[in-house]
Amino acid sequence: MQTPYLLFTLLILSVLAYFIGKRRSVTVVEGALRELHSLPAYYGYYTALWGLIPALFLMLVWLSFEPTWLAHQTVASLPEEIKSLPSSKLNLQLNNIKNVAAGLQVSQRVDPLIVEAAEHYNRLRKISNFALTLVVLICSLTGIWLAHKKISKDYRARNVVEKIMTGLMILASMIAIFTTVGIVASVVFESLLFFRQVPFFDFLFGLEWSPQTALRADQVGSSGAFGAVPLFAGTLLISSIALIVAVPIGLMSAIYLSEFAGSKFRNTAKPTLEILAGIPTVVYGFFAALTVAPFIRETGEQWGWVVSSESALAAGLVMGIMIIPFVSSLSDDVINAVPQSLRDAAYALGATQAETIKQVILPAALPGIVGSILLAASRAIGETMIVVMAAGLAANLTANPLEAVTTVTVQIVTLLVGDQEFDSPKTLAAFALGLMLFVVTLALNVIALHIVRKYREQYE
Amino acid sequence: MNNRTDSLSTMEKVRKGIAKRRSAERLFRFYGLTGIVLGLVFVLILFISIIGKGYSAFQQTQIALDIEFLESVIDPDQTRDSKVISRADYNSLIRKSLSKAFPEVKGRRQIRDLNRMISTGAMFQLRDRVLEDPSVIGQSERVWLLASDDYDMLMKGHIDRNVSESERRLKDHQVAWVDQLFEQGRIKKRFNTFFFTSGDSRAPEMAGIRGALMGSMYTLFVTLVLSFPIGAATAVYLEEFAPTNKWTDLIEVNINNLAAVPSIVFGLLGLAMFINFFGLPRSAPLVGGLVLTLMTLPTIIIAGRAALKSVPPSIREAALGMGASKLQTVFHHVLPLALPGMLTGTIIGMAQALGETAPLLMIGMVAFIVDIPKGIFDSATVLPVQIYLWADSPERAFVERTSAAIMVLLAFLISMNAVAVFLRKRFERRW
Repeated sequence: MQTPYLLFTLLILSVLAYFIGKRRSVTVVEGALRELHSLPAYYGYYTALWGLIPALFLMLVWLSFEPTWLAHQTVASLPEEIKSLPSSKLNLQLNNIKNVAAGLQVSQRVDPLIVEAAEHYNRLRKISNFALTLVVLICSLTGIWLAHKKISKDYRARNVVEKIMTGLMILASMIAIFTTVGIVASVVFESLLFFRQVPFFDFLFGLEWSPQTALRADQVGSSGAFGAVPLFAGTLLISSIALIVAVPIGLMSAIYLSEFAGSKFRNTAKPTLEILAGIPTVVYGFFAALTVAPFIRETGEQWGWVVSSESALAAGLVMGIMIIPFVSSLSDDVINAVPQSLRDAAYALGATQAETIKQVILPAALPGIVGSILLAASRAIGETMIVVMAAGLAANLTANPLEAVTTVTVQIVTLLVGDQEFDSPKTLAAFALGLMLFVVTLALNVIALHIVRKYREQYE
Repeated sequence: MNNRTDSLSTMEKVRKGIAKRRSAERLFRFYGLTGIVLGLVFVLILFISIIGKGYSAFQQTQIALDIEFLESVIDPDQTRDSKVISRADYNSLIRKSLSKAFPEVKGRRQIRDLNRMISTGAMFQLRDRVLEDPSVIGQSERVWLLASDDYDMLMKGHIDRNVSESERRLKDHQVAWVDQLFEQGRIKKRFNTFFFTSGDSRAPEMAGIRGALMGSMYTLFVTLVLSFPIGAATAVYLEEFAPTNKWTDLIEVNINNLAAVPSIVFGLLGLAMFINFFGLPRSAPLVGGLVLTLMTLPTIIIAGRAALKSVPPSIREAALGMGASKLQTVFHHVLPLALPGMLTGTIIGMAQALGETAPLLMIGMVAFIVDIPKGIFDSATVLPVQIYLWADSPERAFVERTSAAIMVLLAFLISMNAVAVFLRKRFERRW
């Protein structure tokens, strides 16, 4: 049975189990419900959970190990000369087998050996699938039967159900931890493989980036240099342009909205500004590549400047527009959190509104504003689509915003989109860059949140 | 003079400074307003530029041709078998009809140009027409067929007639054909149904968003099915049950940090874990949904907790006082009251997931896929990735399709957010 149908059958079984359990609890006490420890529905839930959870768990474990087992068994059935191939070639063969097994026409001439292996693979898969269906259904039915047998008038079904529910909720809340662990594990593991081939300090301080590794020894221009400094510089350049755009605009709008604007203006302007935060980044990328970049290039040419068609300026400007709402809404919150008493005191001393803001409110809100700028910076560094679509691929080490630069995220995308081989430094480099990105954005966020929290406590 | 200013009283000093201070105040106010106006202008420019580029894609140039559905070409053995009919050479029918409409065109190159006026996808239009009603075989009928993208661009004015011939995609004789057809009323812009009903294609006039839309739907379905229960359970646990200890703190710190991790890092996680480690299929909405689930969970959890927090404690106390257990209190009384808020957060999270591109590039949802996906295990692409792919295509006609796809995406996002706002307004309760 296919997995979705099996899941569906399980669900139906557990719904049936609910009614069976409920009926059983009523018959056990011969209709005298007051004798029961829990409400009949809880006996129903109890039976249903016994029918569902162990079977579901079994299914999950089975399905996550099935591909590995299938691959292992298929390889074991292959003749010795293929088995002894290096793992990358073996994987290629295995993929071929899987494609043939799935009925995809890979090429006109298929090795009969592969066809045979594919048939073997399909047979194994059928067996595994049949066994899974059988085992899961038996497990579910056994669970229901056990639960059914256990129901008696003193059985504390509600307590058990509540305990299971709490357990499930704890499990759900642990997913956040699992995700972090998963991110760290996957990025660090591949990065370690990368640093085994490219020394850590060469990566961190190298000035040249050209990740094309040579396929043949005599190939030109494929030296495979993995110095990430040009990428860091490019990321920094584009993010700085973005911040130069976003911080003044965002901060001034936040000040105007929270201090000067009437409630009517505020209630329309604030959500409109926040539209900018809800627009998908791919839309900004399109806007940057097809509207802003040509505009900048034409303007530059009129002034007689040489502007690259993938200039850092275009990407940075549009990224700045994107992060305006991050700066403005966070700063707005922070400015609103400054106690009214400080404003009143300043007005009482005869300060104008602008003077109050400049000399009292902004200094008081400064830590929070710095926090919001740091958060915006972390957004800018991790932003991908705008730079992928509007910034270049060439790793130039330059501070000229009119030239094309590349960024960490652009390189991750270009290295990983398309075919990958998981033992070449080219692919692994993407994970090393991902590690850098994760560490830097995490550090920025932790610092920013710490500053904001500290500041909030000051006035609470 | 100096002596006089020094001896001014404080009041006079203040009075003298007032004009300057007032102008400083006005200037500051002006800067603030400029900031806001600039922000709003950016919103406006963005929308105008996209709508201006994309509105024309909702119309498509079509050419009316008198097609003779020759039995000798379509079904020589008179089997009326759908397999035979779908394999017939419809291009030859189109070629015949074109040469009849333009009898004066001679020479191989000219005839080739003429044949290119009709889209390569027109044969499928004819095939579908015959499959739908086989009785048309042997008869002649006027059919509106797709024009190829260059002619479409000419009709929409994106190819300038005044540019010298050598710099134009369409030469003078080709423009003359269009004018001839136009005078006969046989070339027209009609509503572009293809854009909504077909999958991706290399030919711009054939490319549609149906495949990407279905891919987005499957991906969002997986995301919703996983992230809402998990997010709601986490929010309930952290808000109602969790003891205050190091463990709970750890969970909270993790959730807050995950909310700020760049989306592309989630893509790396999906690639390394789901695809390489667990061997799930590449490019499948299942994996996309899993990655987006992890990404949207923090949003849903944070919104869910806020919703639970806004339910007053008296509700809980009343339920507990009536003898309900802690779990019964939460599930029978608190959760129903917090549900609208939780749903609002979920919709906003889904809107985020719908617009996300970068992590899906990592897990291979970026492939060129013509077929419309039929399930969560099929290879698929999603709407934002389709936009990215089209934006990279060199043909002029793809620019308007990209903008149109963006308009569709924005329409979805705006309506999702509108539903969220409506839910909030409708069910918001002040206690």
